[in-house]
Amino acid sequence: METRDWIRDGLRSVGGGILAIGLAITNIPLFVFFVLAIALTPVWGLGFVLLPLVTTLIRARANLFRRMSGWYGVPIPSPYRPAPSTGLAVGWRRYKWILTDPATWRDFAWLLPGAVIGLVLGVASLAIPIYGVEGIVLLPLWIWLGTGWYGYGVIWPIRSVNEGLMSLPQGALILAIGLAAAPQLRRVDGLFGRLLLAPTRNAELRLRVDQLTVTRADTVDAQAAELRRIERDLHDGTQARLASLGMTIGLAEELITSDPATARQLMAEAREVSTTALVELRHLVRGIHPPVLAERGLDGAVRALALNLRTPTSVDSALTGRLATPVESAAYFAVAEALANVTVHSGATFAYVSIRQDGELLHLEVGDDGRGGADPGRGTGLRGIERRLAAFDGTMTLSSPRGGPTIVTMELPCALSSPKTMLSSGTD
Amino acid sequence: MRVVIAEDHALLRDGLTRLLKAFAFDVVEVVDNGPDLLPTLIARKPDVAVIDVRLPPTFTDEGLQAAIAARAAVPGLPVLVLSQHVEPLYARELLGDRRGGVGYLLKDRVSDVAQFIDAVRQVAGGGTVMDPEVVGRLLDRSRPLDVLTGREREVLGEMAAGRSNAAIAGRLFVTEKAVSKHINNIFMKLGLSPDGDDNRRVLAVLAYLNA
Repeated sequence: METRDWIRDGLRSVGGGILAIGLAITNIPLFVFFVLAIALTPVWGLGFVLLPLVTTLIRARANLFRRMSGWYGVPIPSPYRPAPSTGLAVGWRRYKWILTDPATWRDFAWLLPGAVIGLVLGVASLAIPIYGVEGIVLLPLWIWLGTGWYGYGVIWPIRSVNEGLMSLPQGALILAIGLAAAPQLRRVDGLFGRLLLAPTRNAELRLRVDQLTVTRADTVDAQAAELRRIERDLHDGTQARLASLGMTIGLAEELITSDPATARQLMAEAREVSTTALVELRHLVRGIHPPVLAERGLDGAVRALALNLRTPTSVDSALTGRLATPVESAAYFAVAEALANVTVHSGATFAYVSIRQDGELLHLEVGDDGRGGADPGRGTGLRGIERRLAAFDGTMTLSSPRGGPTIVTMELPCALSSPKTMLSSGTD
Repeated sequence: MRVVIAEDHALLRDGLTRLLKAFAFDVVEVVDNGPDLLPTLIARKPDVAVIDVRLPPTFTDEGLQAAIAARAAVPGLPVLVLSQHVEPLYARELLGDRRGGVGYLLKDRVSDVAQFIDAVRQVAGGGTVMDPEVVGRLLDRSRPLDVLTGREREVLGEMAAGRSNAAIAGRLFVTEKAVSKHINNIFMKLGLSPDGDDNRRVLAVLAYLNA
């Protein structure tokens, strides 16, 4: 099994290498176009049209490179500034936006060296395995031809059948080396690209600020909506019930001598209303911060939640100790929302929750065997989970092919979020 | 006495209906949302309307707005507005047309059935009934009323709560004559002419609310 994985990775990387060769060649015309677009700016302002077009192409090319590097363990985030929200796809505004973004120039600087490195590494990752294959495939040929005009590996030229036989182990070894080296070569290509294609520290911080601005706004919105909901629940629920309770008791008080039977009936009614008010209050409290979450932490609270569901749900938790309260609460409500979706929409006969902590990352997975086809764009529930998690730099991914199964994977950092340390240590 | 009730919460709606019927009020119509309220009030012209501030569909202050609009269309239409919380601001808006027949009470007050029924009757009779909570909240910080003596301010507060001279006398342990003397002093000090058409008690309360 392991050998097969290793061979598969090697073959994939060789394929990636071939792709990289082709793509590296496209860098050259892109480089020329870019220079032309800049140079042609004074000519009837042609650059205002050409530069946005060629930049779109360059960015698509660079983004493809970033994506592919990610496959080989070198993830490269996208560094571009957000496009101006108004205006046309071409023109002065775009032109300025492109020229003032340092990422544009870093892309440009990468085009030629990136092409050379990409070509060299791509050819290497392709050539070594091919040479290995040659050693293996050509062996029968040597035995048949037996001539001395060609060699292989360390034996050059091959003069006898015995020497020809030696190309088999050599070829196998070289093929193995080639397959083992291919992913590493891809990595090196990615690492070189990252030097220029990754966001600079400034860009990284700026992107971080943009992201925090969005998530903060979302968080504030979500909180305001939450408070409004609680106010509504209290106003329409508990407060109304207590007011009606007072009214019923008051009327009973008035009637107690004149009409004791009705008064007694009113008192019974009042008792019922007081019970309902308590139940409502309990539900509300559970919606704010479930007592079992306070008492038992995420693990216990999710188990308690699973017991109350109509869909049989297993909980597999490998948590040691308690998480920070805000993280715990966000994780709980995210799981609760995902499970609520399971019961309401999926028609599943079975669901599971898996909770595990991996260093400073909390992994949550909620899956079911239902009909699938969940779409985060349609319901507010999944979007709500995203927003809840985003406040903690957490993420949610959804896999829900039509026909199922649906798997919601959520990750959130469970130590306090990174920006604090980033800012305090970012004095360089 | 013909009553219109506007309340969206079924429990309270039924309770109010039952309560008012038990005291021989004629509940002519019950409304459970904002948009229906104004036309109903204008068409029915009840002797008194008991209205919840917050009604569907927006769950904001639709009841209050409908009450004010109805009084603009039918001057002096008696309205008793109920709410889970009271705001002096709303009280001032209700009294803005300087006519009586206005009540503004916390829903809690309904549990004191006798007093609540009394308040409904007062409002129907053109009186002004402000919740003790509104009164109390203003009592401490009413600087423009500094011209009044402590006792006069107490009397004004009782007046705002909709009490008659006799009731005020009873609560403050003074004679009714003393109360009417205080009230005359209040009217004088607040510059409310003794021969105006306007309901002077309402104006006094309004002065109090504006303080």
